[in-house]
Amino acid sequence: MQFMLLFSRQGKLRLQKWYVALSDTQKKKISREVIQIVLARKPKMCSFLEWRDLKIVYKRYASLYFCCAVEDQENELITLEIIHRYVELLDKYFGSVCELDIIFNFEKAYYILDEFILGGEAQETSKKNVLKAIEQADMLQEEAETPRSVLEEIGLT
Amino acid sequence: MSDVVEKTLTALPGLFDSQTGAAKITNRLRQLVKSITELTSKHEEENLIKQELCAMKEQVSSPNTSMKQMREIMVRAMYCEMLGYDASFTYIHAIKLAQQGGVLEKRVGYLAVSLFLNEGHELLLLLVNTVLKDLQSTNLIEACMALTVVAQVFPKDMIPAVLPLVEDKLSHPKEIIRRKAVLALYKFYLIAPNQVQHIHGKFRKALSDRDPGVMASSLHIYLQLIRESPDSYKDLTGSFVTILKQVLGGKLPVDFNYHSVPAPWLQIQLLRILSLLGKEDQSTSELMYEVLDESLRRAEMNHNITYAILYECVKAVYTIHPKVELLEKAARCIGNFVLSPKINLKYLGLKALTYVVQHDAKLALQHQMTIIECLDHSDFTIKRETLELLFRITNAQNVTVIVEKMLDFLRGCNDEHTIIHLVGKVSELAEKFAPDNSWFIQTMNCVFSIGGDLLQQDVPNNFLRLLAEGSESKEEDDQLRLYAVESYLTVLKGHTSHLPQCFLQVMSWVLGEYAHLQGSVDRREVIRLLTQLLDQRSVSSETRVWILSALTKIPEGQTDLILHLAERLSSSQDTVLRQQAQELLHLSQDSQLHEWVLPRGAPWDAIEVDSSLSFLDGFVSEALAAGAAPYKPPHQRQEELCEDRALNLEPYSFSLPVSLSSCSITDRQSPTLLSVSSGLSGNSTELSQKAGSSTLILEGVKRVWGKDGYLPQKEATAPLVDEPSAAVQPPVQQEAAERTEPRPELSTRNQDKQQLASSLFVGLGVGSSVSLLGRSEAPPPRFRKKPRPHESSSSGTSEKSSGSSCRSSHHTTDIFLYGSFLEEEPATSKSAFDHTPKSTTANGLSQNKDTKEDKHANTSQIFGGDMVIVRPSTIQDKHPPSESSDLTALLPADLKDLPHSDVISLTSDPSLSLSSCRLFRDEALLLLIFISNCTETVIKDVAVQLTCEELKTASLRGNIVDCLEARSTSVCHYALLMDDPHTNVSFTGTVSYQTQPGHTNTLPFSGTLSTADFIRPLVLTTEEYGKLWLSLSHDVKQNLKLLTDAGDPLRTTLNALKDALQLHVVDIIGSEGIVACRLLSGAPCLLHCRVSGAALVMWLRSPHPALPDCILYHCQRALAHR
Repeated sequence: MQFMLLFSRQGKLRLQKWYVALSDTQKKKISREVIQIVLARKPKMCSFLEWRDLKIVYKRYASLYFCCAVEDQENELITLEIIHRYVELLDKYFGSVCELDIIFNFEKAYYILDEFILGGEAQETSKKNVLKAIEQADMLQEEAETPRSVLEEIGLT
Repeated sequence: MSDVVEKTLTALPGLFDSQTGAAKITNRLRQLVKSITELTSKHEEENLIKQELCAMKEQVSSPNTSMKQMREIMVRAMYCEMLGYDASFTYIHAIKLAQQGGVLEKRVGYLAVSLFLNEGHELLLLLVNTVLKDLQSTNLIEACMALTVVAQVFPKDMIPAVLPLVEDKLSHPKEIIRRKAVLALYKFYLIAPNQVQHIHGKFRKALSDRDPGVMASSLHIYLQLIRESPDSYKDLTGSFVTILKQVLGGKLPVDFNYHSVPAPWLQIQLLRILSLLGKEDQSTSELMYEVLDESLRRAEMNHNITYAILYECVKAVYTIHPKVELLEKAARCIGNFVLSPKINLKYLGLKALTYVVQHDAKLALQHQMTIIECLDHSDFTIKRETLELLFRITNAQNVTVIVEKMLDFLRGCNDEHTIIHLVGKVSELAEKFAPDNSWFIQTMNCVFSIGGDLLQQDVPNNFLRLLAEGSESKEEDDQLRLYAVESYLTVLKGHTSHLPQCFLQVMSWVLGEYAHLQGSVDRREVIRLLTQLLDQRSVSSETRVWILSALTKIPEGQTDLILHLAERLSSSQDTVLRQQAQELLHLSQDSQLHEWVLPRGAPWDAIEVDSSLSFLDGFVSEALAAGAAPYKPPHQRQEELCEDRALNLEPYSFSLPVSLSSCSITDRQSPTLLSVSSGLSGNSTELSQKAGSSTLILEGVKRVWGKDGYLPQKEATAPLVDEPSAAVQPPVQQEAAERTEPRPELSTRNQDKQQLASSLFVGLGVGSSVSLLGRSEAPPPRFRKKPRPHESSSSGTSEKSSGSSCRSSHHTTDIFLYGSFLEEEPATSKSAFDHTPKSTTANGLSQNKDTKEDKHANTSQIFGGDMVIVRPSTIQDKHPPSESSDLTALLPADLKDLPHSDVISLTSDPSLSLSSCRLFRDEALLLLIFISNCTETVIKDVAVQLTCEELKTASLRGNIVDCLEARSTSVCHYALLMDDPHTNVSFTGTVSYQTQPGHTNTLPFSGTLSTADFIRPLVLTTEEYGKLWLSLSHDVKQNLKLLTDAGDPLRTTLNALKDALQLHVVDIIGSEGIVACRLLSGAPCLLHCRVSGAALVMWLRSPHPALPDCILYHCQRALAHR
């Protein structure tokens, strides 16, 4: 996979993950172009399209578009299911996920994505394992949070 | 922002209170998001973010900002960057956060780093230590984070720093760590395959890991490895089949199920691997038939995921060695796809068909009506995929319809990429299947006007070459050319301002070259039309040059028009045009010169192009002598720039002027024929940079040099087939008609479709000519290309042009090698053979390429002199002479002193036994093959044949023995050279021999050689080393193990390397050592070693891109094995 974009119906980017090294200007140009093309497609059309030498696979969930760019030989259907599995993971984690969850907790959405896909390939396809890894990190986070804030109160404020 | 979001925002406080932990967000981010949603214009948003960024800038630079606050700032910075604003001032703080924060801050810091910095970013260097620390951390989460970031952003030159630690993680007790380590190594493999080649063994361990997640991750690596060399992994076929069987049988934990399908991603990965392994390999394919069948059977449920698996399965079935039953089943599956009402499945079905029709074109027939419907589909994607499918089934009978459909599509398309892609296909089809001249020219006109300047340069190049080279029959060629001329004159008489430059260039070239064929049109008219173009503003200066060269070819007798034109242009602003105008003026006044420069109707191949530009050698050497820097190709300059930017922390960086004066020139081969064009155009080469020098090579038909340098020419795609078409037309049309008949009551619309179907799918039903299993035979192309005698010298890619100079240098090496062999001849051979003439070995060498019969016929006289038949008294007992001590005794006296390896047994059968020994000569690796007769009878006609693609045989002796006495041993010498470094190369060979007359046995053997065998010390002084170091461009750096067992660790380690690899230690100063070696073919490699703590930092440089990696690999091994 080359990159993944999440954007709203209005074309606002909600999440972007690049698995190839590109400059910022290139990234901006590409995401603008891709968002424009995908938003212009009608609902009954198929979820795949050829773009440059890549395949764009996208799917709309409520007001949010999930969109992946994969190599030409890649199996489009399985990419579509990767998107779906990611949505399932988000859903399970946030508890019936909506666009707002992703706006306000975009860093969590990134953490989940990083546990699911690494270096552009599916890393762990078991839902349970992905969520377990995230929960473990979250737990540590909370543990770390309490003593630290106390320290801060004593030492700094 | 959407209404939904806005409504929900008002209810925000409640929403977040009700959610725990997971949804906790920072207040400031919430405020920021909220205030952005309340804004009405983009302008307001910009102002707000600007303010926000200013505030953040102040905060991050304040010393009082706590880590916790920093984390919160980082989240906001990520948000601003996502909205497209620049927050680059926070990048360094992201790294700091990852470095100094607790787990919580680290997590945000690492995320920010992976989002902000791409592989090329220089700040990444600052991250190395942090990552190293976290990789060693006992905290699982920290190690996970470090591995994740390593797999995401680490560039090639930073891999060596973390590689050993990542490698260690492969045996970590926690599966999550092992899994991430495997994926990080996968990423490393993609970026720098050579650096991880020593851990291939560990990948196997990962494949048999008890955790399915780790095993699945290792498949990514295997897919990549097997794609590159399927033969090396055939032994794993059984394991992959077993894994797939277990997955299908539901042996994996249930959490790997996805919509009740067991581990679909794993299945797909395995199917891909199996199809690569089974490709063109019957015995391997047989291992997987059963599991593929089961896969097809199991995927029954009607869900996307099962279709995804089915698709992969169908592809696998059609890729591996065919089995009829499976093919039938797979074909039925495709039906399910194509006929599905779901558009995504239909698309995939078309894609599968496109793949499958390459093997069996008849399958398209079953779905012809669906295909026709898809052709008119409202969805652009479906239409395009359908055209792709049609492209695959095009033949001489349906080409006009299909091309028409493609052109229709192109006219309504405005996506550049699609246009380039499809136009290329149209021109390919037109060239292959054109039914007649007029159709061909018309179609190409469409291609040029639609594709225009987006076209790949090879489309016009191929077209012009086709016109120029022609086919066997001159009459036909002239007709085609004539038609083109007529057609272009018509086009030029119409509106020309909208025509693409590329089309104008093609037209002007054709008119210049062939307008004389058209007798009825006045030359003046042609000149007028072309001159008219020159006046148009839309015409680019490059095209003007094309037009002028066309005009240069036409004149003859029309001096007044030309003079007028030339005068007008001689005051042009454009220097190239002015020069051309001058040339035109002179040529039109001197008809003899004109005739000599532009011979009419001269065959294209009579023109010799001096592609090595040898006529510039004098100029170059003068310039170099005057202190100019040697030429470096643009890509190399670019690379060096990058390297300078990335890593310039080491010594040797003061730049002394380097002059490699002679080396670049001396070994260049001058062409024997000095070409007309190069001789003439020598001066204009320098002048015409701007115009892409198109003027120069119009004579030579092909554009050899373009704006970006040498233009690689695509080879003719059309195969040369001489017999007439196998497909017979009438029965086919009948068959197609029959297919459409049994549906009498169709609406007219349907009838239209039927008609279209019969014209599209004509030619596919020829059962007899389309074999079920193989590809359908390619029909003879309409335009046959002449065989090209000057292929290598004139039309090669850039690689080829450099090849010519290489070849000459090899040639000299060859001579050098014979020379040295012959000098030693008296010592090697018995006195009886001392009179061997010097030419013998040379004959022997060329003889090697001849047929065996020839060899046998000439053996006695040619090889007699070189044979060394020894009858050692030691080997009189029954044992075959496999002991090395026995055989080293057989080494010719002069070779005995050379460093050599142990004698290894290669193979043996009851009659013969073969062993080999490597001798390290200065100019080549001598591979000695000892052929021992183990029987009590004489063995006749022993012939050794050795093949290895990566190696070059510089000379050989003794590979044919007329008669091998009982219990004797003969020695065969191969002098081998390695041009491109490969870490290991394997050779294979056969020995054929006759124990009884007329009864030939063959004995195959094989073995491996490593780069180390081809490396020799390079003796240099420290100063020479310094100079050479600066001039080398490819470098690799890595930490190696330091041997600390005795005395001075640096000396010990370097000596160990010297022993293992034949290196030359140039100098050791304090904790640094410099070492040099060379590959036999000449490429040097310099090594700079520095002791740093317990490691040896090794930095290698070489002019050859792959050599440092290879040497590094062997150094690693040498040190590991001590």
